[in-house]
Amino acid sequence: MKASRQSITDLILHLHPRTVPYSTIRFRLSWGLGGMAVTLTGLLFLTGALLLLVYRPTLGEAYGSVRALGRDIPLGYWVRNIHHASANLLAVVTALHLLRTALTGAFGSGRRLNWIIGLCLLVLVLTANFTGYLLPWDQLAYWAVTVSMAALGYIPLCGEWLRGVLQGGTEIGQATLSNFYVLHVAVIPGSLLVLLMWHFWLVRKAGGLVSAPEGKVPLRRISVVPNLIVREAAVGLSLVAFVLFLAMFWNAPLLEQANPGMSPNPTKAPWYFQGLQELLLHLHPVFAAFVWPLLGGVALLLLPFVPNSALPGGVWFGSDSGRRLAAWAAAVGALLAVAAVLADDALRQPGVGMAADAMLARGVVPTVAVFLLAGAGYWLLVEAANRTRAEAVMAVLVAGFAILVVLTLVGVFFRGAEMRLVWPWLATGGSL
Amino acid sequence: MSKTDSRFSGGRFGRRAFFNWIWTVLGLAALAELGWLGISFLASRRDRNRPGHTESVIKAGEVSAFAPGTVTAVPQGRFYLARLPDGGFLALSRTCTHLGCSVPWDEEKGAFVCPCHGSSFSLTGEVVTGPAPRPLDTYPVRIENGMVKVDCAKARRRDRYLAEQAARI
Ligand code: FES
Repeated sequence: MKASRQSITDLILHLHPRTVPYSTIRFRLSWGLGGMAVTLTGLLFLTGALLLLVYRPTLGEAYGSVRALGRDIPLGYWVRNIHHASANLLAVVTALHLLRTALTGAFGSGRRLNWIIGLCLLVLVLTANFTGYLLPWDQLAYWAVTVSMAALGYIPLCGEWLRGVLQGGTEIGQATLSNFYVLHVAVIPGSLLVLLMWHFWLVRKAGGLVSAPEGKVPLRRISVVPNLIVREAAVGLSLVAFVLFLAMFWNAPLLEQANPGMSPNPTKAPWYFQGLQELLLHLHPVFAAFVWPLLGGVALLLLPFVPNSALPGGVWFGSDSGRRLAAWAAAVGALLAVAAVLADDALRQPGVGMAADAMLARGVVPTVAVFLLAGAGYWLLVEAANRTRAEAVMAVLVAGFAILVVLTLVGVFFRGAEMRLVWPWLATGGSL
Repeated sequence: MSKTDSRFSGGRFGRRAFFNWIWTVLGLAALAELGWLGISFLASRRDRNRPGHTESVIKAGEVSAFAPGTVTAVPQGRFYLARLPDGGFLALSRTCTHLGCSVPWDEEKGAFVCPCHGSSFSLTGEVVTGPAPRPLDTYPVRIENGMVKVDCAKARRRDRYLAEQAARI
């Protein structure tokens, strides 16, 4: 008995250090976001395994098998709802976790590789979400595949080839569904597991969570079992209870069966891609679907390699004045985004088509404008306001995130039929 | 490399170094093979279901059935037959040139309006509002013995509407 207990402790200690600094177990340092992500992943694996027993990945049967969940299988729809709710929450939690890491300066030396692995995990979570979205083969799924495959085609040089490979033919069909099925149930969960283990281990190697320097007082350390474990269990179990409860009321959507002849109006992307969809309304597709996501991804990847780009570790926003700066940056970013959307919407009136020079007017010019704005903001902060580089980087990052949030909100709530701007209470259709 | 290494390896290209080299080469070869296997597996399906073998010419109807200035959906061919005010026929693909949504004809506005990102196209398929980058694709139309026939084997891309794209009697 004693031995088995010991072995459990040992197992836990494989993924945790033996002791951690007292300051790092404060809930308000990490908000338990990493632990939440792990819990949700666990729920997803469990419910996913159950759903696999019912789901049939063929054009003829996919839709019917998802429908059957609600009709023939006791609590079947609940299981689907848990899967759906966990997946959506996981996207939110992962994004917040990324933000938390950046804003508490946890990507500095010793944590660079883990930042990159974290980014890969975020991409995996999003692709897992998206490929899962396609499996029911209803109208939401069909048009989401159509649009995303066409967007792939805009990637310069290898786009058309990539599209053919992923689509499994010149038209969307059984091969496409099979591809996404294999990605969703094998490739992505497998890679996710490997990267997660690596992620945990690197946190452990870095000595646990990032912690604030406590001056001359020696770091007060406490043992992981039971202190940290109890807290992790508390967060995890409450979250599980919350998700199960949520899944009783929040139904995963299922529209009519896929119909290649009719796109629903409006046809919206899943919410986590509606920021991107909003870009598609305004920019040339090559820029919206390829250049901007690429630039954003590269910027995030390179972030930890810029010297002195990380805030002092373990303190939110670095300091109190950093907190105020972040609030300002968020406000400025949000306002800019709203202004840009409204201005461009006024421009997009009939008669003002996409001219032949769309690449320039709706590609190069906005891209350069964004670079100039970000550069000017950075320069002002560092040169004129005497902020540190880390603070300026944080401000740009926060502004960027605020822009993404605003674009997503506009896409989810303020776009009605034919993607015109409307008030949310007048809008019809949606796709959560 | 540590001390032990040089002791056992016996020179610059000793046994140990040689085996390390072999493992590396074998590992890389395995990786390349697996990659090649995966790609060729996937790519073999790339050209499937390319239309062309089957009969692709569709009879849309009698010339007299289409009034000038109207648009008729032809579901079996996935296109619209537009009769221009001057009497010419255009077969317009219903696939939006932006990202591939299916574009309905809006009778009131007299335009095709895409539900996905709001592009709109005129009767001749030209872009009225963005973000679509080019006009709707067309299919070749022939008129034989008063019958409108459309060959939907392959959609033609174009940059703008030209009068000769339409088939006339
Ligand atoms: S697919 Fe038609 S506007 Fe984007």
